[in-house]
Amino acid sequence: MDPALPAVRLTVQEAIHTLSSSEDVGHILSALGTLKRYLGGTEDPALPEKEEFTTIHFSAVLRCLVSKLSPGWLELSPDGQLEQLWESFFLDGPPDQAFLVLMEAIESTAGPSFRLMKMARLLEIFLSKGRVAALMEEQCRPQTKPSFPLFQETLLNKVVGLPDRLGNCLQQDNLTQFFPQNYFPLLGQEVVEVLKAVVNFLQGGLDCSVSFVSRVLGKVCIQGRKKILGVLVPQLTVLTQDSCLWQRVCWRLVEQVPDRAVEAVLIGLVEATPRPEVLSRLLGNLVVKNKKAQFVMARKLLFLQYQHSTPMLQSLLGYLAVDSQRRPLLVQVLKELLETWGNSSAVRHAPLEQQCYVSKAILVCLAHLGELELQDIQDELLASMMAGVKCRLDSSLPPVRRLGMIVAEVISSRIHPEGPPLKFQYEEDEMSREMLALATPGPAGACSSETGVPSLASVATEAPVETPEKTVDSDVPPVQQQGPDSELDSDDEFIPYDMSGDKELKSSKEPLYIRDCVEALATSEDMERWEAALKVLEGLVYRSPEATREVSVELAKVLLHLEEKTCMAEFEQLRQRALVAVTVTDPEQVAKYLTTQFYGLNYSLRQRMDILDVLVLAAQALSRPRSLQRLSQHGPPGSGTLCAPALAISQPGNAVAPDWQMVVEERIKSKTRRFSKGCPRRELSGGPNEFNSVAGYFFFPLLQHFDRPLVTFDLLGDDQLVLGRLAHTLASLMYLAVNTTVAVPMGKALLEFVWALRFHVDTYVRRGLLSAVSSVLLSVPTERLLGDLPDELLEARSWLADVAEKDVDEDCRELAVRALLLLERLKDKLLSISSP
Amino acid sequence: MAALFPPPPGPRFVLRGTQSPVNTLHFCPASQALGSPLLFSGSQSGLVHIWSLQTRRTVAALNGHRGQGVTWLKTLPQGHQLLSQGRDLRLCLWDLAEGRNTIMDAVQLDNVGFCRSSVLARGQLCWMLAIPGKGSDEIQILEMPSKTSVCTLKPEADAKPGMPMCLGLWQTNSSSRPLLLAGYEDGSVTLWDISERKVCSRIACHEEPVMGLDFDSQKAKGVSGSAGKVLAVWSLDSQQSLQVYKTHELTNPGIAEVTIRPDHKILATAGWDHRIRVFNWRTMKPLAVLTFHSASVYCVAFAPDGLLAAGSKDQRISIWSLYPCP
Repeated sequence: MDPALPAVRLTVQEAIHTLSSSEDVGHILSALGTLKRYLGGTEDPALPEKEEFTTIHFSAVLRCLVSKLSPGWLELSPDGQLEQLWESFFLDGPPDQAFLVLMEAIESTAGPSFRLMKMARLLEIFLSKGRVAALMEEQCRPQTKPSFPLFQETLLNKVVGLPDRLGNCLQQDNLTQFFPQNYFPLLGQEVVEVLKAVVNFLQGGLDCSVSFVSRVLGKVCIQGRKKILGVLVPQLTVLTQDSCLWQRVCWRLVEQVPDRAVEAVLIGLVEATPRPEVLSRLLGNLVVKNKKAQFVMARKLLFLQYQHSTPMLQSLLGYLAVDSQRRPLLVQVLKELLETWGNSSAVRHAPLEQQCYVSKAILVCLAHLGELELQDIQDELLASMMAGVKCRLDSSLPPVRRLGMIVAEVISSRIHPEGPPLKFQYEEDEMSREMLALATPGPAGACSSETGVPSLASVATEAPVETPEKTVDSDVPPVQQQGPDSELDSDDEFIPYDMSGDKELKSSKEPLYIRDCVEALATSEDMERWEAALKVLEGLVYRSPEATREVSVELAKVLLHLEEKTCMAEFEQLRQRALVAVTVTDPEQVAKYLTTQFYGLNYSLRQRMDILDVLVLAAQALSRPRSLQRLSQHGPPGSGTLCAPALAISQPGNAVAPDWQMVVEERIKSKTRRFSKGCPRRELSGGPNEFNSVAGYFFFPLLQHFDRPLVTFDLLGDDQLVLGRLAHTLASLMYLAVNTTVAVPMGKALLEFVWALRFHVDTYVRRGLLSAVSSVLLSVPTERLLGDLPDELLEARSWLADVAEKDVDEDCRELAVRALLLLERLKDKLLSISSP
Repeated sequence: MAALFPPPPGPRFVLRGTQSPVNTLHFCPASQALGSPLLFSGSQSGLVHIWSLQTRRTVAALNGHRGQGVTWLKTLPQGHQLLSQGRDLRLCLWDLAEGRNTIMDAVQLDNVGFCRSSVLARGQLCWMLAIPGKGSDEIQILEMPSKTSVCTLKPEADAKPGMPMCLGLWQTNSSSRPLLLAGYEDGSVTLWDISERKVCSRIACHEEPVMGLDFDSQKAKGVSGSAGKVLAVWSLDSQQSLQVYKTHELTNPGIAEVTIRPDHKILATAGWDHRIRVFNWRTMKPLAVLTFHSASVYCVAFAPDGLLAAGSKDQRISIWSLYPCP
């Protein structure tokens, strides 16, 4: 051993003794001064002595200093010299030891006290002076001494856990700098500083390791403190732009993250990174080298999670596409995505959001891959696509069908770019536009944008120019002022009006009587007459109810079997409105006929669904006051969720009230002073529910045969779309039967129907069943519910609770929650009745 | 391109209350005798309504045709005298001055057909009247107000044009020889020289009966509409011979009346297809198709200031303001 070293120990012991026993300022200051020399940059004590002091004795000195801390002791030197000297030991000495001693002291000091606050403030200064960066830098340096893993681990824990620890110790008195939202951005900044230092070392030819920083990063990310990346990523984006060295440091930084933190760090990075090329600079070929990273990037983010945003998906898949080494992985990912997409069980059981997410991922992949790469896997793509499209088109949910169509269109256009394009008919909405936009960008989409963009631009510039100028004062286009009789005036002296409405007139063939209509529709070979008959039919039926009743069933039969013979606008609506009109005019006979035909042999699914629609619309018309009948809109019932309360709201209140009531109301209003003013509400005018007497004819026959499959019609098998429609129809009929005497047996029968089908696999069917339960709760009187259906209610309740919690479909869960709320309300009502 | 044209306008206002299909319309400008501008309408129920264009209400209803439809109305240049032709075989001359609504005189007609008469003023108190004659293919010319028959125009025996369907009396500015244009049942238009009682020229320009014609003596051009799909424009050369100048195919057949605006800029047709069509008179370029009526339009008339009125079987009279006169 060096002979000088015992001298160091002696000096330290002496100084500590002086510190702990002496009350004399002079002594203390000189003792501290002696020790301070070991930290200073002066030449006086030799380098080995300094090292000896910092490695062995420094912690002991610091602990001694901490133990002496008290208001009285610091005031021994009134000019603050002592306090300054005391602080300098912590701020100038080796940062790791100072930090550990500070943290240790803070954690071991109890309660709010002078010493605790003093040290907290010191720690604050420690942080603000960038000592944490110095601390981490120390750990990155080439280690000359043997390192202690345990020491590093402790340091790591304290650095990362600082906000929690300080929060626990200081409680109410915590300083803002220690709040997580302030501390972690600071830490991020410090990490950047450390990396800068590391880069400097490397440029100077020194060896460095960033593993400690990686561990810090990993630990912070595991704790979910993503703020640190918000500071880190933008700076690294700039720094890595032109420097390979920086890029390598970054790659190293991510590689060194411990396995269990890889997922947290990668997800954080992908989320925080806006562009694929930046992600590529930060990560390098990590996914190829690291199994865990590959799992996270190529599986977990794509298949197991679906909450991520579309830009993130684009940057992730773009990252895979940027480098040639990663492209095989992208192809692999596309194959797996399509496999999942084409899996019929996944289609049935995965939530819509996930299906949407996977579809988007597929489109992004396709946009990145080139012709040749796609040619290689053409067969596999085609097979998965066909399977996926088939089971999607079978689905009863329109969004799922649309997903199938969009993805299939894009895939087929990419696989066979020269062949005739596959084209489906679907309604454009926000989602479909977004999906199609995803499929276009990137090098692959260049060909389609070439044709698309210029035409758009030209339209935008041309449109305003050619708009004709209009004079405002009357409905007169401008007339160019010309000499009164000049024959040479220009040809466009008068600007013509739009004459596109000038069509041939076909008014002469309208039948005037119901029987003529029936005959024309059934047998006429004259298409003009046929069309005219269909157009006037609804009006004729409402105008002559007596005549209609004589031929009602015959007319319903003709209409039900009517086929679109000519290409006629609004054929479906006209036919439906006519059928509804007939049903409303003669509900008993026609409903009987329609409900038996629903389970008839030779009908198409379309006709059966038409029957259901007509029954609902007719019931809706019947359950309203007669005077409003013609006003009611005859749109088809929403094919998605037919929301029963929506029907209730649309009961308009502006029925023709007798004049005297108006007058009286006006008078009362003018004489009454009101303190609170809301919008004045008109009373709904009452009227008999005409659905009352016929509800049974509409409802019960539909329930009778649903479990008996026919050769052509199997409700419990393939024809689940119709079953879903049936469930929705029954729910609507139940709702429309509110306040009728037949509501109770209807409710009972409907709950049994629901019970039999409650575990149906199809989402649309389940939605129908759930709205049926809600309708029962709304329509059957409270006391009768409890008196007649208590068991059914209990069963339904547990099923609803189950659905509300576990169902994959969001709408199903929502409907179940609504039904549960209705049940709750029922309970409240009962309690309020029984309590007083 | 169709989107670039403005949508067709709606009527300026609508006159209701005839309670019967409107057969004929006639504008009367503001005059000393009658005051504000008026519109006369003759209805199928035999009433002549007088409408004020300011208040848009009826001023009076003249009942002089014993419930038989009024087919033709015309005011004489003096302004306060109105001619009305009815299907009760009478042509009445009304005195409307100072609020009087009395029949001054009546001419007995011999023909119950739909042919509208025509009148030509020849002096301050002297005018010529063309009415369908006794024989089914004859036209009678009367000197008024003396009611003396000038002549009867009868086509040659081998021509067989059928009944006259519409008449138009006129004379050139240079000479005082009255001429008569007549549209016949066989679709031909004939120009008669009244003083010589002979046919100057005859063209077969329609397949169907001619329902209405109008003539522009400045341009020596006329237009005729028929029950068929064609609108024909013909011109008259210096040898008094008619030539088909242009034809225009319509979307739907049936024109009840054709009228050229007094400033000779545009013309309007009353269509059996419920529509009023407006054309540029010089080029025959279609300008507008006005849809408002729900039944056949029977008559169109222009006011001197350019206002257009149309009367229809749906008992309404629509008033339109298009391409204002400069």
